[in-house]
Amino acid sequence: MYFADFNSLLRMDGHGGFVWASYAITLLVLLLLIVIPLRRRRRLLREIHGEQRRAAVASAAETGRAA
Amino acid sequence: MWTFFHKLGSPPWLYKISGAILRYLLPATLLALVCGMTWGLLFTDPDFRQGNSYRIMYIHVPAAVVALAGYYVMAIAGAISLIWKMKMADVAMKCCAPVGAAFTFISLATGAIWGKPTWGTWWVWDARITSMLVLFFLYLGVLALYEAFDNKEAAGKACAVLSLVGMVNIPIIYKSVDWWYSLHQPASIKFTGESAIHASMLYPLLLMIIAFYALFACALLLNMRAELLHRERRSNWVRKLAQPEAG
Repeated sequence: MYFADFNSLLRMDGHGGFVWASYAITLLVLLLLIVIPLRRRRRLLREIHGEQRRAAVASAAETGRAA
Repeated sequence: MWTFFHKLGSPPWLYKISGAILRYLLPATLLALVCGMTWGLLFTDPDFRQGNSYRIMYIHVPAAVVALAGYYVMAIAGAISLIWKMKMADVAMKCCAPVGAAFTFISLATGAIWGKPTWGTWWVWDARITSMLVLFFLYLGVLALYEAFDNKEAAGKACAVLSLVGMVNIPIIYKSVDWWYSLHQPASIKFTGESAIHASMLYPLLLMIIAFYALFACALLLNMRAELLHRERRSNWVRKLAQPEAG
């Protein structure tokens, strides 16, 4: 490891703020890049399932009335 | 070979195979990313001229490389959907836009932060930086254009044309550092001849480039899977897929 201790790792001879800000922004964007489509997929599956259930209930009521 | 192309055009097959790929690719990518970042941040010596600020290179360069590569993918997918009317190519093109925009944003943002301690300014209208900003707007343009149309087929066509026209920007980005030499330094890694970067810095950089490429693939596939579900929501395979998610 290049840095002697945790404090010098944070400071990086005065460049710490720049380096850590860059890495923080990058990690945040990358996290969003993965999480947003995952959540969209899950929400879609839930919606489609809900539509199906409503359709099933409606058709069951329909057959009940017909009988 | 032809059956492969045939399968590639099939949404349920693409959905299934992308799920299987992601199960291994996503953890491997995250592992490579963590290793690459730790290597670059902790286990390399500082640059003799830029000090520790050069460590931003380990994310700035891979992000820029992948932002450019992503544009090729988007334009090629757009061309395929224009020529052969392949629907999956249209899905791929549409899903490239937000992912490519994100990587371009990372390279611009980290470049600005790197510029402050190194050049003394956040931003300069240098040819490389300006052409990268144009790339960012091209990605956003495809995104916005797709949403602007009610008819999705017309939207796909317009976006494919826009992404193909935008290809003129790509060689400009590559050559900008040689044609208009200002603040941005030319490429240090060369496929032919000696690289102008020491091996101890090159290897973590290469690992990060691989990790970013893999991340692009993961994000693209994840977006495509969601888009496929959305477009095929009335079809049988999606209905069957939604079934076990009860409760």
